[in-house]
Amino acid sequence: MGGKESDVVLLDEKGIRCDGRTVNQTRKVTIKAGVLKNADGSAYIEFGDNKIIAGVFGPRDVHPKHLANTDTGIIRCRYHMSPFSVTERKHPAPSRREIEIGKVLKEALKPALILDKFPRTVVDVFLEVLQADGGSRCAALAAASVALADAGIPMRDMVSACAAGKVADTIILDVNNEEDQAGQADMPVGYMPNLEKVTLFQLDGVLTPDEYKKCLETAIIGCKQVYEIQKKAIKDKFFGDGENQ
Amino acid sequence: MTSTSIIDQLKRNKIVELLEQGKRIDGRAFDEPRTISIETGVIPKANGSARVRLGDTEVVVGVKIQPDKPFPDMGDKGIFICTAEILPLAHPSVETGPPNEDVIELARVVDRGIRESGMIDLSKLVLEKDKSVIGVFTDNSIIDHDGNLFDACSYASTAAILSCKIPKWEIKDGVPVLVEGEESDPPITTIPASVTMARIGEHIIVDPNADEWACMDARITITTNSDGNICALQKGGSQGFSVEQLVKCSEIAVTIGVKIREIIKNSTKGS
Repeated sequence: MGGKESDVVLLDEKGIRCDGRTVNQTRKVTIKAGVLKNADGSAYIEFGDNKIIAGVFGPRDVHPKHLANTDTGIIRCRYHMSPFSVTERKHPAPSRREIEIGKVLKEALKPALILDKFPRTVVDVFLEVLQADGGSRCAALAAASVALADAGIPMRDMVSACAAGKVADTIILDVNNEEDQAGQADMPVGYMPNLEKVTLFQLDGVLTPDEYKKCLETAIIGCKQVYEIQKKAIKDKFFGDGENQ
Repeated sequence: MTSTSIIDQLKRNKIVELLEQGKRIDGRAFDEPRTISIETGVIPKANGSARVRLGDTEVVVGVKIQPDKPFPDMGDKGIFICTAEILPLAHPSVETGPPNEDVIELARVVDRGIRESGMIDLSKLVLEKDKSVIGVFTDNSIIDHDGNLFDACSYASTAAILSCKIPKWEIKDGVPVLVEGEESDPPITTIPASVTMARIGEHIIVDPNADEWACMDARITITTNSDGNICALQKGGSQGFSVEQLVKCSEIAVTIGVKIREIIKNSTKGS
């Protein structure tokens, strides 16, 4: 955590946060499935001020070929931030942070996917952050799961995601950018709600063992809320608006 | 790291079979790290250094300290940067070239553990606010690879930083000038200790070796500080954890962290 000095009041005496939310409230989340024509599956998410698009291709041939696995399909994941997505222009080349996030998101999605029916193939997940606020990896993960479901990839469960954190010595749900910069801890969590497994889990910042438990439980409550929105996005695409009725 | 999948499956079966009987392939208890040996001051040309063996995993780390420009939004703080490289001589499977995502993750997890614990009080490393600060550059070279590079690099980096001496600079005409013969101890506030655990089936084991690493379902690295609080963590691997398992892992990390911290402290005494 930056732990930077800041004029922003992160939590006032009534328990209201800098963007007007209560401690247990997520930002507004909207997800739309099937937003791209060429991708096999896609989704667009707005998670607070995060705007992220997810595109899925595959199962398809693996290039380079030596990455192919004869026993199972594989998943690759690229997380990328557009140069205009943050206040200071971000260099377009993938940073070490983006490569690490791509890796942890890949490992967060993999437990949900059933790829052994597609040996020698790859499922490519591309995540483009058009605008970043705090918690972009969770938002990207939630969008990626919907895009994978939209692509018809066999899945054991949806992976939903939400962060929890600590500001002003209080555990809060869904950390925004100001809270990430000036707060005390940020814990992004990815969770399979039906299998009850945590598949993405990181922490920056100091928590006591009790706070750690509370923070994890809080994040999972957020994940379950995001899950409902993910389900709705899929239902809207396949059963909504008079289509297929 | 893996040879062929057939051998891995046989190894995995054996490792799982032993775990069911409460045993590990190398005879350790589930919560027992391999023998840790730490030697500091091994590279006199570095400002701080350490050579760490964690079982057969071996790391050499050097800390270089030099003046630098601060990050634009952090003019009142010194710089801390931690990198890692798996040298090609460490394992037959290592290829030269730009770092892959595993190595980037390794360096960032080690960096995060030290940074988020607040081990180094970076506000004490400012020469001139917004213009000139002291940088602590911690570079890990892995020279032998037998699994769990996270903890090996973390212990090595921590020991090297504890043992380093910070040269003195003075600002003259806007540039930092080295003051010969004067140096000070680093501004240390706490000692981070990382504990990496693997989940194989429903079993949680501390400090997986290369064989255990190759067949684990998921892993987690938890770093605690001297107060026994959790300051950084990273989950990895291709499966998930239940909440109960994560709580158990945090308890193990706190308990084992106390022992690790003692080993790191003792190794740097008198340096």
